[in-house]
Amino acid sequence: MSTALRVEGLTKRFAGVAANDDVDFDLRPGEIHCLFGENGAGKSTLSSCIFGFYRPDKGQIFVRDQPVHIASPIDAIRHGIGMVHQHFVLVPEFTVLENIIVGTQRSGWRLNAAEARQKLKAICDGYGLDIDFDAYVWELPVGRQQWVEILKALYLDAEILILDEPTAVLTPAESRILFDIMGKMCARGLSIILITHKLIEVMQSNRVTVLRKGKVVATLNTVETSPDELARLMVGRDVSFAITKPELKPGETVVAVKGLTAHGHWGEAVLKDVSFSVARHEILGIAGVAGNGQKELFEVLCGVRKPQAGSIRLMDEEIAGLTPRCLMDRGVGHIPDDRFREGLVPEFNVAENLVLGWQRNAKYRSGPLINFKAIAKLSREMIAEYQIATRDEKVTAGKLSGGNAQKIIIAREFRHAAGLMLANQPTRGLDVGVIEYVQSQLLRKRAEGFAVILASEELGDLFGLADRIAVMFKGEIMGIVDPRNTTISEVGVMMAGRRQGTTQ
Amino acid sequence: MNQLFQEAIIVSILAATIRTMTPLLFSAMGELITQRAGIWNMGVEGTMLTGSFAAYIAATTTGSLWLAVLAAIVAGALMGAIIAFMTATLRVDHFIAGLGLNLLAGGLTLYWFQSYIQGRAQPTFSGFQDVAIPLLSDISVIGPILFSQRALTYVALLTVPLVWFLLYRSRYGLELRCLGENPKALDVKGLSVTARQFAAVMIGSALTGLGGGFLMLGFSDRFLADFTAGRGWIVIVALIAGNWKPKGVLVAVIAFAFLESLATHLQVLGAPVPHQLLLALPYLASIGLLMGVRFRSGQPTRLGIPYKRE
Repeated sequence: MSTALRVEGLTKRFAGVAANDDVDFDLRPGEIHCLFGENGAGKSTLSSCIFGFYRPDKGQIFVRDQPVHIASPIDAIRHGIGMVHQHFVLVPEFTVLENIIVGTQRSGWRLNAAEARQKLKAICDGYGLDIDFDAYVWELPVGRQQWVEILKALYLDAEILILDEPTAVLTPAESRILFDIMGKMCARGLSIILITHKLIEVMQSNRVTVLRKGKVVATLNTVETSPDELARLMVGRDVSFAITKPELKPGETVVAVKGLTAHGHWGEAVLKDVSFSVARHEILGIAGVAGNGQKELFEVLCGVRKPQAGSIRLMDEEIAGLTPRCLMDRGVGHIPDDRFREGLVPEFNVAENLVLGWQRNAKYRSGPLINFKAIAKLSREMIAEYQIATRDEKVTAGKLSGGNAQKIIIAREFRHAAGLMLANQPTRGLDVGVIEYVQSQLLRKRAEGFAVILASEELGDLFGLADRIAVMFKGEIMGIVDPRNTTISEVGVMMAGRRQGTTQ
Repeated sequence: MNQLFQEAIIVSILAATIRTMTPLLFSAMGELITQRAGIWNMGVEGTMLTGSFAAYIAATTTGSLWLAVLAAIVAGALMGAIIAFMTATLRVDHFIAGLGLNLLAGGLTLYWFQSYIQGRAQPTFSGFQDVAIPLLSDISVIGPILFSQRALTYVALLTVPLVWFLLYRSRYGLELRCLGENPKALDVKGLSVTARQFAAVMIGSALTGLGGGFLMLGFSDRFLADFTAGRGWIVIVALIAGNWKPKGVLVAVIAFAFLESLATHLQVLGAPVPHQLLLALPYLASIGLLMGVRFRSGQPTRLGIPYKRE
């Protein structure tokens, strides 16, 4: 057996656009093979074709050198292919065991849990995984939930495992554990396809296939390449990772948050005693694994969530509990993390989205009516200024790419805000070119004298952009550090819940 | 009023509660199966109406009540197939599909009814009678309430533990609940979400149709327009009130049945309240309940959301 899995000439088109164009790919037994590329490069499409979620238009898949036809996940499972999806496919209300065995029993009325338990126990022992089969999945931390996903595949005797962006939701420590497990799996003869866009992970693989715009650019042995070369292959041009940030002296305090506490939907504390301040010419970075209160913090700061306690002073005025409209009037700009649901209305056109929320402004109306002429004129200016790639201002926003949608939001908020800019995950899921653009825009606002609060899950971005970094864990701030004399791993430890300056 | 009279009334109200409960319970257990599979079937009312109409036709043409029961079950399953085709196969919005089904059932039953009687006097049938269980039915108070009921009442009560077992102890139940919570978790195991939802809706609707059939065969001797009179909606409220759990739904159904029989008795006893108001009692209670219910922890997470692979 020379290859565990081979793909020849695979082409998959969506509405005429090739997401995968004549892709060749091979996976050797016992190796970790990275699929590396930007969003939309075709990594997920390729893996979905291999797992039987999509049917390729052309091409042939071979498993253990035998040609196979994979029409649905059941065929993939039968050929020993397992997949760990980027967004976990778990039932939180089920136990670990139930999640693993649901849909796997092929005969009998009664649930046959005892046999499953035995088989799982053997698998877990083999990998040194310690997990309570009877715990509900909602009780488990994200890292453990991922184990359940992996166990689901191993329980079905997977020999080829596809992991789609597996570290996206993990802390650095959890990621290390995952790579340990992956190493053990390979030692046992499993072959792994690892989908990622993080260079640091690619470097831990055996081989890497770089995809760009649906085509294979190169397949390389990882030891024979470098992060710089891979980045260049991924983007198709030289990229500079270094962000040049001019030294600026922080000015007066713009926003001061003290003892901020907020509750979630079920009355649980989502923000606990959060305090910080941000000055003019300053970017405060918020680091943390997704779901540790960043979103709630931004919601409180922009007025859509009412705090239970604490104060927020904006230019010496108490603003805690004010409505979003009041805060917008006071110059607070907000770039939310879910751009197509909270940042804009996808069904509205570009021009409408560019004034969304500011439609009461005298410039955009004549009496009670909307002044479409004025809006159209302004929109054309903004489209040019912010380099939004659209035919004209009448295109429906939902038809634009994520990057262009983000540019609309940035244009709107930057145009209307004064003083404070809130940016939650502004670069998430964007291509390198757009990321550079967003970063330069945030630095521009900093230079103009704005106070900027920026949350990002990419620590590299935060270290490049932020003047100070506040680390959040379970709704609390673990500490605020100066990125110039802190390492990424120190922040990583705080993201896992260790307080600044403590040793445990 | 003397003591004996009071006791007789209470026994009568409670016995009527159990009797009234039967159709609601069948339909609620059916809808429970459907909703736990993630399909919010708003067409309960139409399915019950069709079930009762089919039972009426079968009872008056064949004279066999058990064939009428079968007809109600088949009619329910067919209505379920329509809902399933729209929601599970075509992935139409569940509410629109249910709305359409109710309108269809209302119109079709009336049309068929007219063409069935063709201006003649409506044929009637004599429905199910109480079955007194020997010995048990002689116990005072409890006997007449619990052990002197229609045979199908006992079957209805039996569906509660059966549905519980199906949901929580069988592999089909695990798959069914998975459909409601996260259908993709079944899809990635290589199982067809559509086929399973289709089956769940048809089986559930067969039970719902049986509920409508019993409403006809246990309480009436003829068909009338809008025969079910909103009971299908009460079933949906009972599911919410019962937090989508078999036992909870049973309690909710009994509560609604109690209100209904209380209203009927108060009316007969000549309580100084307009009887329309009394008849509205269960419906008023459900409005109050829906406003009050905030705790919906048992609601299937993906209930009412058509499943699409992404």
